[in-house]
Amino acid sequence: MGTTQVLFWFLSALALVSAIMVLASKNPVHSVLWLIVVFFAISGHYILMNAQFLAIVNLIVYAGAIMVLFLFVIMLMNLNNAKEPRKNLWMQLAGVISGGILFLIMISVVRSSADMVNRTAQLKEGSIGLISALGKTLFTDYVVPFEISSVLFLSAMVGAVVIGKKD
Amino acid sequence: MPIQYYIALAACLFCIGVVGVLVRRNAIIIFMCIELMLNAVNLLLVAFSKMYHGTAYAHDVNSTAGIEGQLFVFFIMVVAAAEVSVGLAVIVMMYRNVHSTDVNFLNRLKN
Repeated sequence: MGTTQVLFWFLSALALVSAIMVLASKNPVHSVLWLIVVFFAISGHYILMNAQFLAIVNLIVYAGAIMVLFLFVIMLMNLNNAKEPRKNLWMQLAGVISGGILFLIMISVVRSSADMVNRTAQLKEGSIGLISALGKTLFTDYVVPFEISSVLFLSAMVGAVVIGKKD
Repeated sequence: MPIQYYIALAACLFCIGVVGVLVRRNAIIIFMCIELMLNAVNLLLVAFSKMYHGTAYAHDVNSTAGIEGQLFVFFIMVVAAAEVSVGLAVIVMMYRNVHSTDVNFLNRLKN
């Protein structure tokens, strides 16, 4: 087993365990911290697949900005000592069972597809994940969606201000 | 690395997110589980992009096949960031009105 295989299994196990811990932890602050671990593991997967731009953007945008926003809101509302009332046990069991059934359906679809046999995701090689290649495509073929996304950001900012304004 | 492993990992993360939305009652944790689902889909898109690039790379070293998948991941991140800012503002307003983030208190439309 080479280094990449070891890294793949380690990062996958880390992502799955911390994703489960996001659900299992009672304190919302602990959930946010476990979610940051998930994002670091997913960024490790991106680096393993040589998608370095996305790995850095994932760290900056998700683990940096969005999670700080979540932590700020939780601290602002002082939720970490509020008791969350327990949901009905049957409802929790129904949720877990339906999620498991969804997982089984997805896995069985993948296993029965002849399209995916012997296809491999290329690791370490290929330069499409580097910022020079991505930027060239982004500013030639996808420049209109890029500009539209700036309008989306502006409207999201205005919307957040309008929603949060005390009337 | 076989593509099935990445599909299985992404499906597992997605289903954990779905279970979190169904099981938890705190609105912020439900929101975090939505982020988890978005990230599972992002991981799958990058894996598929590297899969298609791998087959094109064997014929032409300079090909840029599969680059669209990674650009879609970038745009998904953009939309997710905008969604988080608006969604957290909505949750803060909900907390200001009902003094809780429990989604079971959101039954104003019921009667």
